[in-house]
Amino acid sequence: MTHLPFVAAAYAMGILLPLAFAVDAFRRTGAARRKLAAIDPRQNRGGV
Amino acid sequence: MDSRTLTASPPPGRSLHRFANPGRFLRLSGAVLPWLSAAAVLVTGIGLIWGLFFAPADWQQGDAVRIMYVHVPSAWLASAGYLSLAICSVLSLVWRHPLADLAAAEIGPVGAGFTAVCLATGSLWGKPMWGAWWVWDARLTSVLVLFFLYLGHVALVRAFDDPTRGYRAGAILALVGVVNLPVIKFSVDWWNTLHQPASISLTGAPSMYIGMLWPLFICAVGYTLVFAAIVTARTRAAVMERRIRGLLMARAATDASREQTS
Repeated sequence: MTHLPFVAAAYAMGILLPLAFAVDAFRRTGAARRKLAAIDPRQNRGGV
Repeated sequence: MDSRTLTASPPPGRSLHRFANPGRFLRLSGAVLPWLSAAAVLVTGIGLIWGLFFAPADWQQGDAVRIMYVHVPSAWLASAGYLSLAICSVLSLVWRHPLADLAAAEIGPVGAGFTAVCLATGSLWGKPMWGAWWVWDARLTSVLVLFFLYLGHVALVRAFDDPTRGYRAGAILALVGVVNLPVIKFSVDWWNTLHQPASISLTGAPSMYIGMLWPLFICAVGYTLVFAAIVTARTRAAVMERRIRGLLMARAATDASREQTS
């Protein structure tokens, strides 16, 4: 394959950046859900 | 009197506000997000593997043309993301839609990220083809301006102690920056640029081999789903964080009033 390092670097960016955003969003959501469950009385009644 | 006049459809603002309820948004997005994420991973994976291993190499550019399957979708999303930012800004400024502010604040960093990928992959494509990492070409420069607009929006929204003021300032910046979108789109037609003109248009036949067009189309759809899934997940987190902030502030206010009375 010609220009392999350029192609590999472009694909790495195209995969790693969305992955990083997805992991960050998942982590934020998990942390917010735990904290909300601890302080929001509606959570204990089955609310979102 | 015609019965249709008695049951007139609600004004657009009201139907928009049906989805402004944070609880309803969390329930709906919670049901949609797993399917959206799975579709995004599947479609993007198929497109990237097809583009990398099965699509033909270009007779002039060789395998460097495979960078297109990341570069073009990220360029499309850089512009489409900014357009969605501007639409959220209109919803926020005109209808005071409570979720539009949060969505705009979450679109900003994701759009900036995709614009950075577009610029970086363009640079990686430009070096072997043009012999330069960067040229001050109209298309490249206008996309760089878009990147700075995104960064400005991200900074401005988070620059105020009162989030409402930040959202309002960010919305105005987003609307002003929309003028850059047609400049990006038509820069290759208006000026003599090193960047190639569009290979795909709405009005004419594509000037691209069909064996390359299909994986490009699938990558574009896949990356659009990825963008939507990430923004939805971030907005969900932002809604929950806002509820936490509200509850903590209410609790602090109750504690303060209790101390005053005792």
